[in-house]
Amino acid sequence: MRLKLDTHAALSLAGWLAASALFFPIAWMLLTSFKTEIEAVATTPSLIFTPTLDNYITVQERADYLKFALNSVVVSFGSTLLALALAVPAAYGMAFFPTKRTRGTLLWMLSTKMMPPVGALVPVTLVFRDLGLIDTLAGLIFVYALINLPIVVWMLYTFFREIPREILEAGRMDGATPLDELRFLLLPLSLPGLASTGLLAVILTWNEAFWSLNLTAAQAGPLTAFIASFSAPEGLFWAKLSAASTMAVAPILVFGWLSQRQLVRGLTFGAVK
Amino acid sequence: MRKTIAATLMAGFTSFGATIAAAETLTIATVNNADMVVMQKLSPKFKEKTGIDLNWVILEENVLRQRVTTDIATKGGQFDVVTIGAYETPIWGKQNWLASLDDLGDSYDYKDVIEPVRNMLTVNGKLYAAPFYAESSFTYYRKDLFAQAGLTMPEQPTYTDIKKFATALHKPADNQYGICLRGKPGWGENMAYVGTLVNTFGGRWFDMDWKPQLTSPEWKEAVTFYVDILKNYGPPGATSNGHNENRALFSSGNCAMWIDATAAAGHIYNPAESKVADKTGFAKAPVAKVENGAGWGWAWALAVPNSSKKSDAAKKFIAWATSKDYVTLVGETQGWVSAPPGTRKSTYDNPEYKKAAPFGETVLKAILAADPTHPTAQPVPYAGIQFVAIPEFQGIGTQVGQSVAAALSGQSTVDQALQSAQTAVERTMKQAGYIK
Repeated sequence: MRLKLDTHAALSLAGWLAASALFFPIAWMLLTSFKTEIEAVATTPSLIFTPTLDNYITVQERADYLKFALNSVVVSFGSTLLALALAVPAAYGMAFFPTKRTRGTLLWMLSTKMMPPVGALVPVTLVFRDLGLIDTLAGLIFVYALINLPIVVWMLYTFFREIPREILEAGRMDGATPLDELRFLLLPLSLPGLASTGLLAVILTWNEAFWSLNLTAAQAGPLTAFIASFSAPEGLFWAKLSAASTMAVAPILVFGWLSQRQLVRGLTFGAVK
Repeated sequence: MRKTIAATLMAGFTSFGATIAAAETLTIATVNNADMVVMQKLSPKFKEKTGIDLNWVILEENVLRQRVTTDIATKGGQFDVVTIGAYETPIWGKQNWLASLDDLGDSYDYKDVIEPVRNMLTVNGKLYAAPFYAESSFTYYRKDLFAQAGLTMPEQPTYTDIKKFATALHKPADNQYGICLRGKPGWGENMAYVGTLVNTFGGRWFDMDWKPQLTSPEWKEAVTFYVDILKNYGPPGATSNGHNENRALFSSGNCAMWIDATAAAGHIYNPAESKVADKTGFAKAPVAKVENGAGWGWAWALAVPNSSKKSDAAKKFIAWATSKDYVTLVGETQGWVSAPPGTRKSTYDNPEYKKAAPFGETVLKAILAADPTHPTAQPVPYAGIQFVAIPEFQGIGTQVGQSVAAALSGQSTVDQALQSAQTAVERTMKQAGYIK
């Protein structure tokens, strides 16, 4: 009994340590955002200082936070919905009607994630230029849906595979069309999986910085572009950058906390049979 | 009568045309330096005057370079005004990527623009970017610490003096370091400083046949001096200190000396940003053996990419933002010490500026001395004092910067570092076709 208690304590200690290590950068960023620029770069960083809101005021004065934030929301949710709409039928097909090429197709899809994005920068820019998509929200939604598609398909595929075929077959016996199967059986049954896939796609899009910086100018820039605009080659910027970053991660952090239960449930869905 | 109608119609059309032009919107890409933030803040005045709307895109320096390069190369036409430096301007101008800015009008007073700065931004007699603010490098030192130790900083220090002062004023136990210098690897970070050091030790990046000279005795002597002084009399962890980090160290009172950009003087002199505002003195960039290229030359400038479809309006904006009137506007609204430095002679003749910025004269002298056409004592095939104005230099400079940082941190010896740098640069120059 005693031993069991000790293991338990050790495990929770390890858990707390890991969590603190992961949370440290965010906590430090939050702390830095309340310092002055000089304090922010001090060589022996101080934990005790007079907090100031100046950085937040300066950031708000110079850039329209709400516009960037709204772009981020539209782009991350829009691209996630589009990716889900494309991925659900694809994963359904692959999970329930596999052919000998299914595995290969899945791997091939994933292989597109292995190329560094800058390799596709010029072609994508040219296509976007000709279609008039540069610096538009529609363009970003499109590009992010494509980028996240492999991951979304993979995740949905694994979730769908956990669903007993018999349930779908029973539905078919009752005369359900494939669309009915999707709507009334598959989607409700895999809702946790669907939700966690969607959440992951939203978070990935929210944090993506390469395409959002390269395909936007003055109109469609999301929060990643907002953060990047606060670094400076000449001049101190850590405190203002931290304030901007805090403002940028706050919504998604809150969103993550609220949906934590759903996320964990989704990720472990089907882990134990 | 008919004539009058025609005239009225004409006038009507012209004013109609003018309203169309006035409804234009320009997209300006820039960096987040303090002077650019002021430009953005004051830009409503430009709109008041011309009716032209402005969209601002503020990017990190390297992202800006990449973004603008992609846009120009693919003729995306996203940007009408871009902020570039003295490094890109000659390269992009030669590529025909930028519109020439020789037609900004008589009132622009080109002769008032400081000549070496104008030269930095001119290719084949054409000005391709208008300087927004410009800088050289010089020596910042702590008058109070020098007085306490009974030392005097000469107007033109030598590197022997600098070493003597650094030794005397290095008190790491009190968090006071003899000298702060750039150590963070990067072509625009440690290599900007090391480049000037090599110049004044008599060295050069390439000979007239584009053969890299990194293993020459001059480079060895310069880098050995740099590693020695910064390792022994500099702050700990110097390899992570760039311009900004050193600026913070100096303004919090941790450095007795700092050799860096003149553009920081206004900030060091500002009590809101610095604890040493009233204790800082300024001297020329130190020399070792020759005077050529001892202090660098750099300009942040505004240019119009050839892909812009609104180049007339864009030029109007540039003419406004780099004019004498703009300098006065900043002086009167933000305080004269914040006036953009280094671009116009008239700024330095202005009594108000002289009063607010006592370092002005030293800065002007440094900028006038930074002659981009004679960067080194020996002849070179390139332009640029602390950089080489060829597209390959970003990669080369950063790679050599990493070798130099490795020597500074003790991971390799100076000889090893320079040898590996030489091999790498030779390879790049061969691949690029400069040497066989």
